[in-house]
Amino acid sequence: MARTLINVPPKAKKGEVIAIKTLISHEMETGYRHDNVGKPIPRDIITQFVCTYNGLEIFRADLFPAIAANPFISFFTVATASGTIEFKWTGDNGFSQTETANITVE
Amino acid sequence: MTRYPFGRHDLHPPFIPAQAGIQGPLASAPQSAALGPRFRGDERRGAGERHISALCALLLTILSMAITARAAEIPLNERKSGYDFMGPESRAMQDDETANPASLWVLDGEALWQRKAGAADKSCADCHGEASESMKGVAARYPAFNAARGRPVNLDQRINICRTERQQATPLPLEGKELLALNAYVARQSRGMPANVTIDDRARPFFEAGRATFYRRQGQLNFACSQCHDDNWKEKLAGSPITQAHPTGYPIYRLEWQNVGSLQRRLRNCISGMRVENYPLGANELVDLELFLMWRARGMPMESPAVRP
Repeated sequence: MARTLINVPPKAKKGEVIAIKTLISHEMETGYRHDNVGKPIPRDIITQFVCTYNGLEIFRADLFPAIAANPFISFFTVATASGTIEFKWTGDNGFSQTETANITVE
Repeated sequence: MTRYPFGRHDLHPPFIPAQAGIQGPLASAPQSAALGPRFRGDERRGAGERHISALCALLLTILSMAITARAAEIPLNERKSGYDFMGPESRAMQDDETANPASLWVLDGEALWQRKAGAADKSCADCHGEASESMKGVAARYPAFNAARGRPVNLDQRINICRTERQQATPLPLEGKELLALNAYVARQSRGMPANVTIDDRARPFFEAGRATFYRRQGQLNFACSQCHDDNWKEKLAGSPITQAHPTGYPIYRLEWQNVGSLQRRLRNCISGMRVENYPLGANELVDLELFLMWRARGMPMESPAVRP
């Protein structure tokens, strides 16, 4: 399990624009490097990030080898209702991680 | 104004062969009498040429006097952290703990703090309790003199002393993820506190050794740390600011590394750039240098874990 750090405001007013920040630890090995005996190091990256808000997809990103290790993704959404925001990272070698955060909308 | 790669201090001592001990035609230039029999014996030289060579000798003497007046230590009130040399984006990344990638290591360190290890089956927390209390200000005091070792040890070494002696576990590999995580977690507890190493009679010889390393010209480039970090910190090197080398943010998340690394890793970077035969990780010489650098940054606020480009 990769270490993640998610920042969602715990409370927001209805209709308010909120910032969501996510950070996940991942090597993001490009596949273009070689080890010290010249053997290629296979690619191992996160390829997709999806965020859903009470089941509705609100943000999606495709990731590529040029993206640095430990990708930080930040975006905005409108606080519509109380509930759960779910984050899912998927990638090479069956990598899959899901985290959730709760938000109360008043 | 012509800008040289090392700015206006371009003609600093490494380029004065006489002082640097390099043998060559220039080495004896200031002493014009020593220009060599080949020149002195040249009968074709007239009075005018002799006049010019005397003038050259005088100029060189004046020049070397100007060069000897090297920049001194940075006055305390002019000291800046590496943070002050960074762009606004990197500063924002350091300031926001949810954007600072080193926070991932701090979280790992927090988990390791609670994990039991070794034959003693003890965790760090079993002896030290809450790190937010017991580790407050600790990183700001390291490297610190260790009586059992008879010399200063850095925080990595201190953690490994605990691991081998208290937990009876194998030491964590230097620059490995776990040691960096524990170090980052411990150092995080000193954020904002002033760097405060103790230079007492026991630590002084090691401190002086570190100071000597900082000012010693060494390696293929015959270069001292001080020539960049004391004398030329207002300048740039390969487009990047030369900083003052105050190690108040270690371990750092260095964007170039895409990873967290220790001060020793950073020192070894500089040292290989100077083309000096490098010291291995954990070498006493590096710890002495760390001690000197932390003293040099005395009173400056700790930023660990910092972000650096």
